[in-house]
Amino acid sequence: MNRRVRLLMVLAGGAGLAALLVAACLDMPGFGGDRHPYGDRAVHESLARRTANTIASVNFDQRAFDTLGEMTILFGAVLGTVVLLRQTRDERRAAPRPEDVAPPVRRYALAVLPVAVLTGLYVIAHGQLSPGGGFQGGVVAATALHLLYLGADYRALERIRPVGLYEVGDALAASAYLVLGLAGVLAGTAFLANTLLPYGTFNTLTSGGTVPLLNAAIGMEVACAVVVLLARFLDQAVEIEEESGT
Amino acid sequence: MDDPAVVVALLLVAAAATTAVAVRDPVRQALVLAVLGLALAVLFTVLQAPDVALSQLAVGSALTPLLLLLSVRKVRRRQKQETKGEPE
Repeated sequence: MNRRVRLLMVLAGGAGLAALLVAACLDMPGFGGDRHPYGDRAVHESLARRTANTIASVNFDQRAFDTLGEMTILFGAVLGTVVLLRQTRDERRAAPRPEDVAPPVRRYALAVLPVAVLTGLYVIAHGQLSPGGGFQGGVVAATALHLLYLGADYRALERIRPVGLYEVGDALAASAYLVLGLAGVLAGTAFLANTLLPYGTFNTLTSGGTVPLLNAAIGMEVACAVVVLLARFLDQAVEIEEESGT
Repeated sequence: MDDPAVVVALLLVAAAATTAVAVRDPVRQALVLAVLGLALAVLFTVLQAPDVALSQLAVGSALTPLLLLLSVRKVRRRQKQETKGEPE
């Protein structure tokens, strides 16, 4: 295929996509209107199950199967990274040298670290009540741990972060989500159906049936996955060197 | 669209995104991406989607730039090693 044919194909495909997009946009409801048929139904369903945060209800109750798919994508992506960035035969590990950190950076990082980790855990725990949830809180908590790399050095981070444990945690949390889904089947309804547990009192930590449990599983899965992901990148950036002089 | 906050947030996103494309150095690009993530988070908050804003803030402003910077560091280290020749 030469250059001209390729260009023509791109133009034809682009024109088709543009036409479809314009056609779809012409039929859309106005920006910021007050009619939200899907939103109204989702809020109604979420309140019926006493889940204060409708987004959590959509993610972990009405569309819990979608979330299972998203979790599997993250799990697979991290697994792929672990395989791709492993230490190969022509690479060796060099112990990272201790680095000097500017005192203000050290003070700031060490002061913010516990606050940031706590914020992440708070966002996970209150996922069914206020904006946020397992995914957001998990990413916050996992990236917060890496403030130790900024405030001290890589060896300090490695000491509080045994990657093996986080890999096990990742797999355990992913299985916990599946098991909670299967529990719905065994209880006689359907996969991931939220009929297993009492719905509790509205706007408390335990309200919403299985929503807080699924939310916690996702929080653990995402936090562990991000830690493992960053650990692989950090290993490559700081420790692993290519064997020189082959 | 007549809400000034929405217009300001949209303009911020457009400016940050254009800068991210125009800047060619990967390290600076990572920093501009963090700013773009922040602008998008503001836009989502203004549009009353705090859940998405939080995700955007965590992933777009912290995780993605961090991964980019680590990749740049790895590539630069390899280049330094190659120009230095055999160290031992």
